[in-house]
Amino acid sequence: MSTTLPEGRLETQLKDKAPLYTRGEAMTEANRCIYCADAPCVQACPTSIDIPTFIHKIATDNVKGSARTIFESNLLGYSCARVCPVEVLCAGSCVYNQWGRPPIEIGRLQRYATESALARDADLLKRTRKAPTGKKIACIGAGPASLAAAGHLALDGHSVTIFEKRAYAGGLNTTGVAPYKLHAQDALREVQMILDLGDIEVKTGVEIDEAAARALLDDFDAVFVGIGLGPDSFLGLEGPGVVGATEYIERLKLDPTTSLDGVHTALVVGGGNTAIDVARELAQLGVPDVAMVYRRTEAVMSGYHHEMVGARKDGVRLVENRQPVAAVRDGGAITGLRVAKTDADGEETLACDLIAVAVGQSRLTALAAAFEGVALDDKGRVVVDEATNRTGNAKVYAGGDCVNGGKEVVNAAQHGKLAARAITASLSGA
Amino acid sequence: MADLSIDFCGVKSPNPFWLASAPPTNTGDQVKRAFDAGWGGAVWKTLGNPIVNVSSRFGGVDYGSTKLMGLNNIELITDRPLEVNLREMADVKKQYPNHTLIASLMVDTKEEWTEIIKKVEDVGSDLLELNFGCPHGMCERGMGSAVGAEPKVLEAIVGWVMEAANVPVIVKLTPNVGDIAEPASAAYRAGADAVSLINTVKSIVGVDLDRMVPLPVVGSGSSNGGYCGPAVKPIALHLLGQTARVFPKPISGIGGISNWRDAAEFMALGSTSVQVCTAVMHYGYRIVEDMLEGLNDFLDEKGMASAMDLVGKASPAYKEWGDLDMNYHVVASIDPKSCIGCQLCVVACLDGSHQCIHVAGMDDAEKKQRGYVAFPTDVPDVAAIADGARAGARVPWVHEEECVGCNLCQLVCPVEGTISMVEKRKAPGPITWNERVAKGDDVTVGMLDATRKARGLD
Repeated sequence: MSTTLPEGRLETQLKDKAPLYTRGEAMTEANRCIYCADAPCVQACPTSIDIPTFIHKIATDNVKGSARTIFESNLLGYSCARVCPVEVLCAGSCVYNQWGRPPIEIGRLQRYATESALARDADLLKRTRKAPTGKKIACIGAGPASLAAAGHLALDGHSVTIFEKRAYAGGLNTTGVAPYKLHAQDALREVQMILDLGDIEVKTGVEIDEAAARALLDDFDAVFVGIGLGPDSFLGLEGPGVVGATEYIERLKLDPTTSLDGVHTALVVGGGNTAIDVARELAQLGVPDVAMVYRRTEAVMSGYHHEMVGARKDGVRLVENRQPVAAVRDGGAITGLRVAKTDADGEETLACDLIAVAVGQSRLTALAAAFEGVALDDKGRVVVDEATNRTGNAKVYAGGDCVNGGKEVVNAAQHGKLAARAITASLSGA
Repeated sequence: MADLSIDFCGVKSPNPFWLASAPPTNTGDQVKRAFDAGWGGAVWKTLGNPIVNVSSRFGGVDYGSTKLMGLNNIELITDRPLEVNLREMADVKKQYPNHTLIASLMVDTKEEWTEIIKKVEDVGSDLLELNFGCPHGMCERGMGSAVGAEPKVLEAIVGWVMEAANVPVIVKLTPNVGDIAEPASAAYRAGADAVSLINTVKSIVGVDLDRMVPLPVVGSGSSNGGYCGPAVKPIALHLLGQTARVFPKPISGIGGISNWRDAAEFMALGSTSVQVCTAVMHYGYRIVEDMLEGLNDFLDEKGMASAMDLVGKASPAYKEWGDLDMNYHVVASIDPKSCIGCQLCVVACLDGSHQCIHVAGMDDAEKKQRGYVAFPTDVPDVAAIADGARAGARVPWVHEEECVGCNLCQLVCPVEGTISMVEKRKAPGPITWNERVAKGDDVTVGMLDATRKARGLD
């Protein structure tokens, strides 16, 4: 598995929006926390991190203890600290919001704890590893769900093999997160931290097909499916000058040959968080005019309000009530997007030289369904038991976007943790 | 993993963190929950003839947005029947045989002491703690700090106790004395096995200015109480340091201990165990997890295999002023990379110290008007460039020749690590004031005429 990235990638031009706190900054912020006993932030966290305790430990300068508290509940606590939409999760539920005071900067404190503790003691978690069990587990996909599962399983003493079709591990943390939140290099650093926890091997560049998947059951004691989502949907707009949002973000982050030279007006189709992400990235990378085109109004957009506020600050425009009809080309080059008005009759053409389509991704879950007993719901999501993330096949577990249809890293981390616990319980005969 | 267990007068305790005798150790259920949370020992709420309390009982002191920097109470010893407490103590000891159970006692006559010692030993107390510290209510009845403040009385009562006791005896000292060495020495002479300190400091935490009644309010009046919490920690550390010099036996440290670092500091100055109350009253028993983890990590990082290795590590460095090295000298240094140019250090040095921090761009007349007393010509003009600096802000400059090395600028600087105190010794070898006095080298500029005359200098 490669952990070094080429020079000259566009994402490296984007600066960290919430840099690492200094000790003094962290102590000051930590001391603002009232250390609630029945804390709403813990309930808002999908992995139930004991947030008041980890913050209290920062305040007492017990940084390693603080990191332990975080990792106990969420092994991906480092990347989650940086990519979690804390505004709608922990910090959004902070009691201070009701008192007219700014909520505690939980994400930044979590980054301070995890990053400084690991810098001081890279073996912090490794020491808690249990004796080898001789059990083997395969993970399909090397994204957050699989990494969380693999990390917990390795700490439980099992051997884990992760199969990843891409050249890099980390899933969307490496390929898809907005660079001003987390750069790919930092995502890979976290991957390495997980791999160092125990006996985990990542086989990159290996695509598992349905037959290969079934064969895993012969070689492994359990299989975890964390395959995420499939390629971008295009609404029939495919063609030169039209890119899929997640695929394009991956290029901005990883491919040094990607360039925005000559792009003056970019249109982003969609109203979700991926749409906002790609729009903000294009604007921050210097595209003079970036507009999001959404078929309904801002009030019903699925993208977070705080992200849209940030996008406007970056200079992104929002065009509401416009439904894409077709890409307009002059010769081969794209010149515009024809859209239908959804609040009135008629159509119009919006000029542009790049279109990024962010209207969702297809499902890859046929692979999961290759296992006997695994069921998919009507939206193509893998059906699992909520407490254990076990599928209808007793040896097959699943988690992350392929189960929830596309949520946050923290949701994937929780799935991985639940599955790992259930696998360990099942393998130890409990 | 360091060994956190301690040996206190031959009693093994799973860790040095004990709950002080106070409301958190009022009942058996509470103590059990505390042991489950990780506390290594508990000093039961003081036993004696049950009292009757008033309402209200506690007063708090907040500092800025921080709650309970200090806590004051006028609660007395236990108000529960002795046999109820004894039954619960026996039950706790049965369920938690390896945890340390300490009976805190406060009675009056020799007969009472003899009776209560027998009773608490019978229920399995590992140690006795004599409450000679309570500074309110009980002292008016001739007990508590009334004993702690009278070394002769203290010595006599400890004598009775030592006759009756079969388990080690801790004498809890009051800080409300002129010299802690006196009661500490009296306890030592009487054969006490250990001392604990400090009990609470006599205090009035405030006044209700609408009702014109001190706090905490009890109807139309109030009374002085006992002050504790983070605010008293520096006082406690000093009295601990003083006590350790005259009491060469185990000490249990008390006073504002809220986290692992406070505990480590108390241990470094001579405490074998530490007792906690206010922080638990504020946040609950749960805080012990951070204390255990933080102390363990600290010991590991310092390469100490056992908590016992930490006890008294800093004691030799606690000296009399006259024994300090006067050739040790530090000067302030301001990091231009992180300075935000707020000028807090400039003002603090001008008004509160020695007028040695300058800002570029001032002529001598303006400097004089501001209050400077030295006029260096080479004040560098450096822009403050750190995040947080306003446009045009300058980085102050320290006139090293004038800097006395007081630390004030560093203490007021809001950006951690920006001002450091750099060692610049006055001479390679050390010299103390006491050595200067011995050599007759203690004459300073500007002495009183009477002093010069007495020393035959004129």
